Amino acid sequence: MTKFIIRRLLQTIPVLLGVTILVFSLMHLVPGDPAQIVAGEGASEQTVENIRERLGLNESIPVQYGTFLGNALQGDLGSSIRSGRPVMEEIGARFWVTVELAFYATLVAVFLGLIAGIVSAVRHYTLADTSIMIAALFGLSMPNFWFGLLLIQWFAIGNWMPESLEFLKMRPSGWGDSWRQIILPVLTLGTGGAAIIARMTRSSMLEVIGQDYIRTARAKGVSERIVTYRHALKNALIPVVTVVGLEFGGFLGGAVLTETIFAINGMGRLTIDAIRTRDFPIVQGTVLVISVIFVLVNLIVDISYRLLNKRIDMN
Amino acid sequence: MSANEIILDVKDLQTSFKTDTGEVRAVDGVSFQLPKGKTIGIVGESGSGKSITSLSILRLLASNGTIKNGEVLYKGQDLLKFSEAQMRKLRGNEISMIFQEPMTSLNPVYTVGQQISEALILHQNMSKKEAAVRSVELLKLVGIPSPDKRVKNYPFELSGGMRQRVMIAMSLACNPEILIADEPTTALDVTIQAQILELIKDLQERLGMSVIFITHDLGVVAETCDYVAVMYAGQVVEYADVRTLFKEPKLPYTIGLLNSLPRHDIEQDKLEPIQGNVPSPHNMPVGCRFAPRCPAATDLCRAKMPKLETDENGNQIRCWIYSEEWDGESEVNLYGETRIAKGRGTKTVLPD
Repeated sequence: MTKFIIRRLLQTIPVLLGVTILVFSLMHLVPGDPAQIVAGEGASEQTVENIRERLGLNESIPVQYGTFLGNALQGDLGSSIRSGRPVMEEIGARFWVTVELAFYATLVAVFLGLIAGIVSAVRHYTLADTSIMIAALFGLSMPNFWFGLLLIQWFAIGNWMPESLEFLKMRPSGWGDSWRQIILPVLTLGTGGAAIIARMTRSSMLEVIGQDYIRTARAKGVSERIVTYRHALKNALIPVVTVVGLEFGGFLGGAVLTETIFAINGMGRLTIDAIRTRDFPIVQGTVLVISVIFVLVNLIVDISYRLLNKRIDMN
Repeated sequence: MSANEIILDVKDLQTSFKTDTGEVRAVDGVSFQLPKGKTIGIVGESGSGKSITSLSILRLLASNGTIKNGEVLYKGQDLLKFSEAQMRKLRGNEISMIFQEPMTSLNPVYTVGQQISEALILHQNMSKKEAAVRSVELLKLVGIPSPDKRVKNYPFELSGGMRQRVMIAMSLACNPEILIADEPTTALDVTIQAQILELIKDLQERLGMSVIFITHDLGVVAETCDYVAVMYAGQVVEYADVRTLFKEPKLPYTIGLLNSLPRHDIEQDKLEPIQGNVPSPHNMPVGCRFAPRCPAATDLCRAKMPKLETDENGNQIRCWIYSEEWDGESEVNLYGETRIAKGRGTKTVLPD
C-alpha cells in the first residue's frame, strides 16, 4: 500500500508541472502586453516599465517560468497587483470558506445521493424509483445560479433563514456559527452532485444486484437488507467513490456561481474579482491551488478505490 | 424406492417469467421425488428449465419470475407456503446450493473466510471467532491446501476449481439436508471436473446429504446419481433409477440423448444427433413437446399432451407410446432401438 501511494504521488509530479506551465502561460496568452493591461489605459510609459520590471517580464520566458516555479515551490506566488498583499495570504483568507462550503456540499450530495440511489435501485421500476429519477433529472439540469436564487426567494427573503445571506460576515472566523447560514449555499451546490451520485448509485447497484454472488448471498439465507447493504452496496460503491471525489474537486472550483449569488467571500469570488481587475498573480494562484487540490483529491479517490476493491492490487 | 424416506417431493411445479414479449412458462409440470441420502440428477438441454426448477425450490427466482402452481414438499411441508422469513432460515442451512459459475458466484470484496462464516454466524449462532475456526475446517474438508492461509484470500486470488471448492465449503457450512448442485462442474476443466464430482460424492456419503444434481452431462449423471429426471421444454419427461435409465431408456428423447453420446463399448462411426431444436417457450407445441422432433410421433402425439405416468417400479414417463391410447405401431423403432408399445397398437399396425 505504501509503495502504491508513493508511486501514485510520483505520478502526480508531471501533472502538477503541466498545471504550472498552463497557469504560468495564462499571463502570456492574454492578448496584449501584460504590463500595459495591468497598468491600465493611459498609464505613463514609466509606470508600465516599472510594472514590467516588478513582474519580471523583461526576462526570457523560460527564465520567467523557472522563477515562477521556484517561487511557487517555496509557497510564494507573488503579490496581488491590486492590494499588494502576498497571493498566498489572499488565498489563505478565502480558502477555508470555499473548502467548508465544498465539504458540506459533498456531504449533502453523498447523503442524499446514496439514499436516493439505493432506494431507487432496490425498488426499481416502482413509483418511488420514477419519482426519484425525475427529481434527479431536475437536480441535474437545474443551473446552480437559478436554483440558488429560487432558494433565496423561498427561504431567505421570506425571513425564514435570513442568515443565509450573512454567510460572508461570519467567515472565515471558523466552523459552524449556525447551520442556517450555510444551509442554502450548501444545498445550492450539493443538489446537482446529489443527482449525479443518485443516478450513479442506482445504475451501479442495479448492475451489482444482477450478479451471481448476490444470488449466492440469498441462497445462504441472508436477509434482503444485508444483501443490499453488505453484499451489493460495497461493490456498487466502487464507481461511486470516483464520482464523489470528482464532485468535491468540482465544488471547489465550481463554487464560483454559488459564492457570487450568496455573496460568499471564497476562492471563487476571489478568482472572479481577480479576473475582472486583471490581477494576474491572484488568478494564477487560485487556479494553481484549485488544480493541486483536484490532483490530491484524485489521489485520495485512487487510494480509497483500492481499499474497497482488493483486485486492483494485482495491477 | 418406496422403502426410502422421501425428503423432497416436487409435485407439478410451474414457474413463469414475465418478459417483454409476454409470459413465458419456463417450468411447466415438473415432478420428482428425492429420497433421503440419495442423489437425483436433473438432466436436460439448455433452456429445458432445470436451473429454474432448482431456483424455484429455494424460491430464489429473479423478480420477474413467479411460481404459478405446484407443491414443493420438504419433510412433508410445502415450501411454497412458507413465509420469506421461514425460507431464509432454510436457505443455506437445511437446503443449500452451489452454482454453475464459480468465477462470479463469490463476492469479490470479501475474503472466502468471511463468506463462509456468514452462514455460520447467521444459522448456527456462532461468534465471529468460532465461525473463522470452522471456516478453516470446512476448507480443509473440501481439500483446499493450507486452509489457514486460504481463508484470508479474496476470491480473485483463487483458481476456478478452488473457488468451486470454496462454494462447496460454504454450502456445507451448516450441514444441510439437501444440497442442490446446479451444473457445478460445467465451467471447470475436465480434470478439475472429476475432482469436484468425486468431492461431492465423497462428502455426500460422509455427511449423509441428499443431493439434487443439475447437469446437461449424462456422463456426470451416470457417475454420481441414484435417480434421474430427464427434462425437456420445461417438463419432466422421464424419471427412473439410474440403472434403468441407462440400460433401458423408454422415452424417445432419452434414447436419442443417450445415442448422441460417444460410447466405448461399441463400434461407432459417428454420433447420432437428435434432429431439430428445442421448441421456443413462446411457441410450445400443443401436444407432446418432443413430437416435432420425435421419429415415432403420431397424430395423437401432435394433438394431445401426454401425462406423466408412473409404472409399477415407481419410474415415470411422459409418452403416448407407453399408454393405452397409443395409435401407432406396437413395435416402435427409436433411433435404431425397438420398444414395445402398450395398448391397442397391434390393431393398427402391420399393414403388410
